[in-house]
Amino acid sequence: MTNSASGSITPGIPPAVAAAGLHVTRGRKKILRGLDFAMEPGRITGLLGPSGSGKTTLMRCIVGVQRLTAGTMEVLGRPAGTPSLRHDVGYVTQAPSVYTDLSVEANVRYFGAMHGASEADTAEAIAAVGLEALARQRTSDLSGGEFSRVSLACALVSHPKLLVLDEPTVGLDPVLRAELWERFAAMAASGTTLLVSSHVMEEASHCASLLLLRDGLLLAQLSPAELSERGHSNDLEQAFLHVIQETGAASNRRAADESQVAS
Amino acid sequence: MNPRMMIATTRRVLEQLRHDHRSVALIMVVPALLLTGVYYLFENETLPPGFPRTFDRVGLVMLAIFPFVVMFLVTSITMLRERTSGTLERLLTTPIHKADLLFGYALAFSIMAALQSLVATAVAYWIFNLDIRGGPGYVVMIAVINAVLGVALGLLCSAFARTEFQAVQFMPVVVIPQILLCGLFVARDHMNGLLESISNVLPLTFSVDALQQIANNSEATQLMWQDAGIMAAIVVGVLVLASFTLRRRTA
Repeated sequence: MTNSASGSITPGIPPAVAAAGLHVTRGRKKILRGLDFAMEPGRITGLLGPSGSGKTTLMRCIVGVQRLTAGTMEVLGRPAGTPSLRHDVGYVTQAPSVYTDLSVEANVRYFGAMHGASEADTAEAIAAVGLEALARQRTSDLSGGEFSRVSLACALVSHPKLLVLDEPTVGLDPVLRAELWERFAAMAASGTTLLVSSHVMEEASHCASLLLLRDGLLLAQLSPAELSERGHSNDLEQAFLHVIQETGAASNRRAADESQVAS
Repeated sequence: MNPRMMIATTRRVLEQLRHDHRSVALIMVVPALLLTGVYYLFENETLPPGFPRTFDRVGLVMLAIFPFVVMFLVTSITMLRERTSGTLERLLTTPIHKADLLFGYALAFSIMAALQSLVATAVAYWIFNLDIRGGPGYVVMIAVINAVLGVALGLLCSAFARTEFQAVQFMPVVVIPQILLCGLFVARDHMNGLLESISNVLPLTFSVDALQQIANNSEATQLMWQDAGIMAAIVVGVLVLASFTLRRRTA
């Protein structure tokens, strides 16, 4: 079902992430049901799909904290979870995972220490998320949006080659959201590979390539332009709904309902 | 093991505590206050001449029990928070070694425990004239080993609790039997066979035994060092068990 045009990998360049026959089952529930895809290095790949479609589980597979039921996951040429990858992969979970009783600076410094980061790296990461003025504030005193940016700074401090971000723009105002996407674009331009999940379809336009996930299956891998073409709409949300209806003939009604809820 | 990551963890844990003035105050002051209570509890006892005061026996053992109880509680709650807030999972995606994390914790809380037992021991010696033969340095040493034991057990038990409420419930299970059977209430050789054999394998028993060695001898005895060595071995064993509860990969 994978679309192999410009949304997918360019031949000749080794992929940053490559999944083959990836299955994950938790208890009796099949979360991921056979995924095959590759991510081009130095690009932003968007991971889109309704809630419950398996986005977070797929991200956990890539950062190597998820046990695979079947299939393979290669990250930067090594199997996911290889110890040496811990230096190269950054992960920002959906719920901000930082120490609420520490200052912004202390949080970033601590996660930086795991990668031998300097004070300059710490300051740079805090500046990158626009929290310089609040560096000495306790994290618990920050607003929701500021709080999630601390979590992002803790990942940026290690200068990862691959950055996996689970819904990083949730709860951010439009100005900040635009700033973050600019930041992601600049990182991609300097060679970082990014995987960003979102259920806000309008953000898809910032990505070079999109993975559309539903019910643990990959509906398509394509570029935003291809998505509007295939979905017969310039509105990416409409286009996504159209693709779901087109591909999900088996369980059409439920699918549409779900993506309505998610968006 | 990577000393830089371990020290960073120790610094981080201490910094978290530093912001929590009330907990620091409780850790430092409560043992000294309780010790004062024990002193006045036995103030009016009538003793045959030459017989040691109850305070000299009970107060001494309490000096070792406080850090054990307090550090068990503090560690199990802190580690549980780390597990439930997602920071542990995040840390385990970084190059940190499990031992760096566990020993970083153990080091941070043993520094707190050392400060705590310095305060408590000073109060016992200088205010209430605790009368034992051995030096206060050894008492503090045993207290710190006990604190690290509390830290190790707390790290381990946090794996079996899902909420802070459950974590607190582990105290009666893990801590109180050791206090009852350590020889504080009933001399161990007066216990029935079953209780005595349980007492023989509980870690706190060795520290009470070591303290009695310190109380009765002006020089450090070989038995005291042996008890301290056994305690240290138990601590390392429990920390190794705790490291198995930190999983990088989950289903």
